[in-house]
Amino acid sequence: MSDHELRVSKIRDGTVIDHVEGGQALNVLAILGIDGSGGFGVSVGMNVPSDRLGRKDIVKVEDRELSQSEVDVLSLIAPEATINIVRDFEVVEKNRVTRPDGVTGVLSCPNRNCITNAGEPVETRFDVVADGVRCDYCATILRADIADHIDV
Amino acid sequence: MRQDHLITATQLSRDDIEAVLDRARAVADDPAAYADRHAGRVLALCFFEPSTRTRMSFDSAAKRLGMNTIGMGDVDSSSVSKGESLSDTVRVIEGYADALVLRHPSEGAATLAGERVDVPVVNAGDGAGQHPSQTLLDLHTIREDHGLDDLTIGIMGDLKYGRTVHSLAAALTEFDANQHFISPDSLRLPRSVRFDLHETGAQIREHDELEPVLGELDVLYVTRIQKERFPDENEYHRVAGEYRIDAETLEAAADDLTVMHPLPRVDEIAPDVDETDHARYFEQAHNGIPVRMALLDTLLENADPDGDEGTEVDR
Repeated sequence: MSDHELRVSKIRDGTVIDHVEGGQALNVLAILGIDGSGGFGVSVGMNVPSDRLGRKDIVKVEDRELSQSEVDVLSLIAPEATINIVRDFEVVEKNRVTRPDGVTGVLSCPNRNCITNAGEPVETRFDVVADGVRCDYCATILRADIADHIDV
Repeated sequence: MRQDHLITATQLSRDDIEAVLDRARAVADDPAAYADRHAGRVLALCFFEPSTRTRMSFDSAAKRLGMNTIGMGDVDSSSVSKGESLSDTVRVIEGYADALVLRHPSEGAATLAGERVDVPVVNAGDGAGQHPSQTLLDLHTIREDHGLDDLTIGIMGDLKYGRTVHSLAAALTEFDANQHFISPDSLRLPRSVRFDLHETGAQIREHDELEPVLGELDVLYVTRIQKERFPDENEYHRVAGEYRIDAETLEAAADDLTVMHPLPRVDEIAPDVDETDHARYFEQAHNGIPVRMALLDTLLENADPDGDEGTEVDR
């Protein structure tokens, strides 16, 4: 483990999400629905130096192992992220995020006239397309500003 | 067409489109054969937004298939004004009818309705989204005049908010069509429509003037530029004036150019065009009847393939 990661302490068990694009750590937590109320320890490092990314964020969640489908949604805002599952201080599994086919209930549609913004009892659903995501309801395409539309 | 609903033109294959248009032709040739085909069935006309021709056209088409129709009346006096969700409204109406036609001001409304009910849903316009039944009657009109292959079409006016344009452009990608889009810069095709066109490898070009392409066109499809799209009324008048055609404009067009319009028009096509051989917009509107009859017939048949379809007709 590098010195940079020592800025936040090692965890015994849980998940380390590394190589998150600088500034996106809080969005990562939002997507994962982690707001601290679950009682498990959460450490966040933001804008720490990285050889690969220049600056990166790191999120460590104690006593919780994130599933692949949970973390795949992260690929939309943190395509370079690596997911380390830690047990008894050892990394037992290391995975890259992969782009899912779609995301449900995570993003709000930027089109104010979309039926998903009309107070209906409906979860948003976006298809992942070549360079962004696309609302299944109104077909609006969301590209660079995905993080601004996280709604969890 | 093995579809449960008609929500967007992008869901339609060439075979789907041709099957409905073939059936529309059969209906037009022998309407009496279809007169009792869906007797006893009920079509719900769910119009959350004002509509004259689309609603009356579906109403008439359904009745000519032997169906009864029910409507919501004025939205202001219905449960919608009491704050009921669309999801609940269509679930209730599903119990009253064998199919739903939905016009709604929000994009994606028909998709949502289709997820909530088991009876066929036809999208009759969702905000600035799609209007696929209009597209079927547009294609029927084009096919009767020119056929649908080797077509060069100009689509002019409000391409950004024009749902008939979005549906037509998508459906034409199933055919060998060159599409020219003519509009002011501020009313160009939205990103989502352009994305779909590029995905299919469609041949499209965008222009800000009609004149350079007019002579190449087989079809000119004109849409209305709406005043409310412009913050400044002077700007509206200036822009709208540039996309207005009259009989003189069409002197530079091919003799067999077909001029279409989804209607209502305001003044984007001068009345003197009505008297030329180019004008086809009233026939186009009339084609709504056989095409919507064919569409309803197809969807009801898909929904209940073993049901009693009434008089068997030659197809």
